Amino acid sequence: MMKTADVASTNGTEPATPKRSAKAAGAVATWADERLGLAKATKGMSLRKVFPDHWSFMLGEIALWSFVVLLLTGVFLTLFFDPSMAEVQYNGSYDPLRGVHMSRAMASTLEISFDVRGGLLMRQMHHWAAMIFIAAMMIHLMRVFLTGAFRKPREVNWLIGCLLLLLGTIEGFTGYSLPDDLLSGTGVRAADGFMKASPVIGTYMSFFLFGGEFPGDQIIPRFYAIHILLIPGILLALITAHLILVVYHKHTHWPGPGKTEDNVVGPPLMPIYMAKAGGFFFIVFGMTALLGGLFTLNPVWKFGPYDPSKVTAGSQPDWYMGWPDGLLRIIPPWETHIWGVTLSWNIMLPILIAPPLLLMVLMALPFIEAWVTGDKREHHLLQRPRNAPTRTAVMAALVTFYGLAWAAGGNDIIAIKMHLSINQITYFLRAAIIIGPILAFIIARRWCISLQRHDQEKLLHGYETGVIVRSPDGGYAEKHLPIDETKAYVLTARDREEVYSPNGSADGTGVAAPGGKRAEVTRKIRAKLSALMFADNVQKPTAEELHEAQHHSEHELHELEHHIATGPNKHGPSSDH
Amino acid sequence: MTTIEPHGHGGQLDPEEPIPNPGLPVHQPRPTDVDPAKEKRAEIQIAALFGLSALCTVLFVVAYFTYDVGDSWHVIGGLGASTVALGATLAGALLFIGIAIIQWARKLMGDHELVEARHPSYSEEADRERALADLKIGYEETGIARRPLVRNSALAALGLVSIGPLVMLRDLGTLPGDKLEHTIWGQGGREIKIVENGKEVTVQVPKMRISRDAIGTPILASDLEIGDLVNAQPEALFNPGRYYLEHADVEGTELQIHKSKASLILLRMEPADIKPGKGREDWDVNGIVAYSKICTHVGCPISLNERTTHHLLCPCHQSTFDLADSGRVVFGPAGRPLPQLPIEIDEQGYLVAQSDFTEPVGPSYWERDYERDRFAEGD
Repeated sequence: MMKTADVASTNGTEPATPKRSAKAAGAVATWADERLGLAKATKGMSLRKVFPDHWSFMLGEIALWSFVVLLLTGVFLTLFFDPSMAEVQYNGSYDPLRGVHMSRAMASTLEISFDVRGGLLMRQMHHWAAMIFIAAMMIHLMRVFLTGAFRKPREVNWLIGCLLLLLGTIEGFTGYSLPDDLLSGTGVRAADGFMKASPVIGTYMSFFLFGGEFPGDQIIPRFYAIHILLIPGILLALITAHLILVVYHKHTHWPGPGKTEDNVVGPPLMPIYMAKAGGFFFIVFGMTALLGGLFTLNPVWKFGPYDPSKVTAGSQPDWYMGWPDGLLRIIPPWETHIWGVTLSWNIMLPILIAPPLLLMVLMALPFIEAWVTGDKREHHLLQRPRNAPTRTAVMAALVTFYGLAWAAGGNDIIAIKMHLSINQITYFLRAAIIIGPILAFIIARRWCISLQRHDQEKLLHGYETGVIVRSPDGGYAEKHLPIDETKAYVLTARDREEVYSPNGSADGTGVAAPGGKRAEVTRKIRAKLSALMFADNVQKPTAEELHEAQHHSEHELHELEHHIATGPNKHGPSSDH
Repeated sequence: MTTIEPHGHGGQLDPEEPIPNPGLPVHQPRPTDVDPAKEKRAEIQIAALFGLSALCTVLFVVAYFTYDVGDSWHVIGGLGASTVALGATLAGALLFIGIAIIQWARKLMGDHELVEARHPSYSEEADRERALADLKIGYEETGIARRPLVRNSALAALGLVSIGPLVMLRDLGTLPGDKLEHTIWGQGGREIKIVENGKEVTVQVPKMRISRDAIGTPILASDLEIGDLVNAQPEALFNPGRYYLEHADVEGTELQIHKSKASLILLRMEPADIKPGKGREDWDVNGIVAYSKICTHVGCPISLNERTTHHLLCPCHQSTFDLADSGRVVFGPAGRPLPQLPIEIDEQGYLVAQSDFTEPVGPSYWERDYERDRFAEGD
């Protein structure tokens, strides 16, 4: 009989003897090391480096792999695409547009779609991968925020991540515009309007970008250079930095038995993590191929070439541009005419001010939180969203704002599909975009605190078994049983929080803290925010409290057991008679 | 300040902690670790998945050479048999590899969890001191602090050198000038001097006729019924010679630029429905009004007409304009009315523009001087 421990260390029934392939691999490794010193380099990053495992750590991987798919499919497309705005007559395979005048960009897009085998597949995979890339980045960002993974020492990686999101969006917009079709041209026309609305230099920006008056003959080649060279280069550099920092900091992990702030627990890079992550690349690639092959998106051949005098009803940008477009739809018609100049608030607020402001808020969040908590420690254990109610509520407010703005971007579609008045939807959203986030903040915060109370209840009094017991005097009670030790430990594996007191010390001695009037105001603000952040949270019990509560619960349980044994609750035929 | 100290690394248990860390659970072997039959099955399973991937790749190649992409673009929802077949087989080839590798990792590769110690992100004190000392020495050796003249002139030169690349951006495009204030409608009705038989003569260019979009035929006022909405363009885009313009002036990029400013909406309504603005009493012809098709918000072409109310809706951001009331904004984000084109009929009964638009069309911009709109003065 084999002992479990023996099996577990070899993972197989065969004894581990090196095969020929292993020897060959060893020889190659030696050859390489003698020239490149690779083994020395792996001192810093061992091949057996630990990566903790959790499904939510996969979200960033989706973003990474869809970026790789973008590079691969993108290179294929550059082999055929001609980013020229020279006018040609289309004469390819797609009948409905044969004979139509269009730019070389649009014509070569149609050629890729209808005359290059697999060309449409590659175009659609490229577009699908772009949609997934940005979606995955956003969900990954929310995961990082909601679990507190942005805290020291990972703030820089948070900033890099925010920049990646911004650059990904610009990259998406420039790529989407390249086919020079009617829909994307309408988007570029709007972008021209945005530029012209910029104070002082607006028209110059527009004339310089378009190479003269809109639409000019320069915008597609210029977007092309930005799309295939400039931004991908920066993206690649930032993604590399992002990953190097992940390796340097070592990945965060969830609290659990054996996991602490000082260690990292999980399978090794080689072979498990490499296999899982590598396999996952093929899954993401394969899913993109499936979407690209079976689901049309952005059928530019149906829209036709760009013409500044034409537009299709229900014009929508790619999904990630939907929210600024939504703000652009619900903004009231505010325009100021003063001293011979025009200030277009109806464009500046939703496009030139709101999105950059939101990005800056996002980037500042880790630093605001660190300032309020005064926490200078490194954090490697993740937090459940419920255990940081105010932080979770901030994200809920941001998501609500985003969601409402995004819905506003589809106000015409909503009006048509749901038979509503577009005017009323717009008026509703104008109010909701302000009230909604506030409500979401309050609800999410209280919700988290309730969940914390529920956890505390489970910890102190056990879980609800669903067994109702009637006492001899007619009262009813539910039987609670203690949760197992691992679960109980996980519930308590979090920090105790302390509300910051502005008086310089928590004991309230009233000794004036140093600094002038301004420092005092700052301290007061910090104290208010700290109270908002922590004052209502449920703190984990001390060892003594837990012991007392468990003792009490045990006593109650005994009483119930006694009732069950003696009272009318007893199951089965009575043996007394 | 309640600054919380960085974590100690002693691993001491906090007496405040209610439950001590139970430590890593004992490793549980998987069925494939202890049962050779299950192990063999997993092996076959994984090999079969790799096999399926290979099969899909073969099918991919077959599909590539079997289906001709151009001939069948209309089948399967307009995607074409080639695209669908290539997509499905490529997806299979990739997905099966992915599933096989992950299955391999889960079933057969070692599944021991390892524990690695973390180290604080900051450098060792000695390293930090060494780096700071190096920095200090290097800084002192430059003498930057002691030689303000060198420092300041260096800063000035570095600041100035960035002007070079900025200046070079100048040739990216032409300057705006007053281009945004004029459209090709203004080319009709002007006076030009031409040389005829060696003599310079002054010629009155005919007023710009309004043509149907796409086909280019000029529109007779009598062609329009009440309620008709027509997309229109200046006739010069189709017949430049009549307006003493070259073909090159209305081709390619030039054509697109003209269209982005000159595109027009014609609407005929009951003359009694029109509430003409001040100074616009003679801008319509028998209830036919002409407005810029370019939205004053961000420049989308406006297209959706509500027949009963004479309201025109922009499909991009839903700005709504009242064409019976000087193009006033009745709803949505647009900040200005749609510019109206004053029209009349020429001697042959065709609709023509009296002049250019009296204000810039399209989206607002910084230099746009509202006071200069001739409409505001009551032209």
